[in-house]
Amino acid sequence: METTLGQVNASSVLFFLVFICITLGITYWAAKRTKTTKEYYAAGRSITGFQNGMALAGDYMSAASFLGIAGMVSLRGYDGMIYATGWLVGWPALMFLIAEPLRNLGKYTFADVVAYRLNQKPIRIAAAVGGILVLLTYAIGQMVGAGNLIKLMFGLPYEVAVLIVGVVMLAYVLFGGMVATTWVQIIKAGLLLGGVTVLMLIGMSHFNFNPGELYGAIQTQYSVSMLNPGGLVTSPLDAISLGLALMLGLLGLPHILMRFYTVPDAKAARKSVMWATTFIGYFYCIIPIVGFTAAALVGQNIIKKIDAGGNMAAPLLAEFVGGTPFMGFIAAVAFATILAVVAGLTLAAASAMSHDLFLNVFRSGKATEAEQVKVAKISTIIFGVTAILLGILFKGQNVAYMVGLTFAIACSGNFPAILLSIIWKKITTQGAVWAIVIGSVSATVFIILSPTVWVEVLKNKEAIFPLRNPAIFSMSLAFLAAIVISLMAPDKEAEAKFEDEQLRTFLGVGAE
Amino acid sequence: MAKSAKEIVQSERFRDLMRKRWSVSIILTTLLFIIYYGYILLCGYGKEFLGMKVGVYTNYGIILGVLVIVLSWALTGIYVIWANNVYDKEVDAIKKELIK
Repeated sequence: METTLGQVNASSVLFFLVFICITLGITYWAAKRTKTTKEYYAAGRSITGFQNGMALAGDYMSAASFLGIAGMVSLRGYDGMIYATGWLVGWPALMFLIAEPLRNLGKYTFADVVAYRLNQKPIRIAAAVGGILVLLTYAIGQMVGAGNLIKLMFGLPYEVAVLIVGVVMLAYVLFGGMVATTWVQIIKAGLLLGGVTVLMLIGMSHFNFNPGELYGAIQTQYSVSMLNPGGLVTSPLDAISLGLALMLGLLGLPHILMRFYTVPDAKAARKSVMWATTFIGYFYCIIPIVGFTAAALVGQNIIKKIDAGGNMAAPLLAEFVGGTPFMGFIAAVAFATILAVVAGLTLAAASAMSHDLFLNVFRSGKATEAEQVKVAKISTIIFGVTAILLGILFKGQNVAYMVGLTFAIACSGNFPAILLSIIWKKITTQGAVWAIVIGSVSATVFIILSPTVWVEVLKNKEAIFPLRNPAIFSMSLAFLAAIVISLMAPDKEAEAKFEDEQLRTFLGVGAE
Repeated sequence: MAKSAKEIVQSERFRDLMRKRWSVSIILTTLLFIIYYGYILLCGYGKEFLGMKVGVYTNYGIILGVLVIVLSWALTGIYVIWANNVYDKEVDAIKKELIK
């Protein structure tokens, strides 16, 4: 099969330009509705549960999961599917444990929740730094991915691709704030779900819409081992640790948590998670089919020839079943996917810098609306430019570990502090701060010493830390630190405020 | 007369609401862990079972993989149904009785 992938083709450029025009048009419309902090960070709390569910799905389904899992299934078969299930199971946990309390207790950031009863400044600093660390590692992975993917798909130079993503994303966030970002996420989620559905349906039409026939083709073309679990789960401790990071890491991702403040109340927050789980669950059910179909129709040799990691399996399948125009569409969807995710990250980072650090730390909660919005916009530029520069700096680096690092820090650094501040009366300022610090630092250090970085990136012979996924240890350390430190020096003042907090957590009394 | 936060929180009705809410959360979270980690452990130690064919080519592994996603979704749905029908009503009742 000859492919036009990697050349600038008219259809992909056209689809992409249409997407850019529509989204920039929305940004222009949104800019008029983005004057106050409530509008900039939380879209005026005017987003409905359904819309927010769609936007959450748009925030969460990254190019890594779209192209990456399809590629993994196409080359490694069943093991890719195990990965896909892991990406969904965080959503029910988010619903059961923190979604509604988070909405009731907070205003714009998850730090609002942790700082509710505690000493504002130290908590805000720790939570902002922990949050920004998560967002930055996530952004590096996305930016490097963007550069590489766009180079493969459109033939653009790496730096140009990173720059386009950075500049367009900045335009959304800077002028349109949360309103524009939300609609970009919604459109992207719609395009991604629609595009993948069409891809799957046309692919399956080659197998009379019978999954059995598809698996038969895989088994005859390759071997039955493609349909069986292989080497992904070898060490149970590692597998459990990865599962924990994927599941509970979601509960510590600032850009996801921030979305709960865009809806009017806890009931709408609940609805958002239900819709998000529906869309994301559907997505991860059909992505493996896309991967298998690509393996059967396009063939592993061609997929590997274009990209050794298999990332181009889905666009190649699109070209095979729908010709260059359809491939152009899927490529444009992948581009839009990256843009939307990076926009969400940048807005969350801006809120951490301006709402947590500027307003609540430097100004002790006293600043005018105009000042806050101005600082939020400056923060947006700072984070956006940093992401672009880091994207270029990390060119050619193996950043596969970045996603793992992001989820490990999120579940070890942010999640324990959030959960304990909601459910545990005795948590103290010191306890929460040290949970964030110890969780984030230990997750980072363990990953650097693990086989993924110490051996594969730094080329040492043997890893110092045996697990690829440290979450089980780093998260336990964070919980332990929070509990021991809180019990050593009780804070009666914080305990006394717990009743007010519970009233708000459960009844929504006084929620903003 | 409006009651203080402390009085409301210490009322039997509120404590009951909290107990119910966390029981439901803990039960559902435990089920989620059992479903997900059961599957992961099967992928590690039950490879032969997962490789067994259900149809001509489809095997238990593929069915169970999809089932993990469907069941996780269903647990979320159960929570929503419970919250809409039980929790919200109780919250409204408490608000009326104790706050106004």
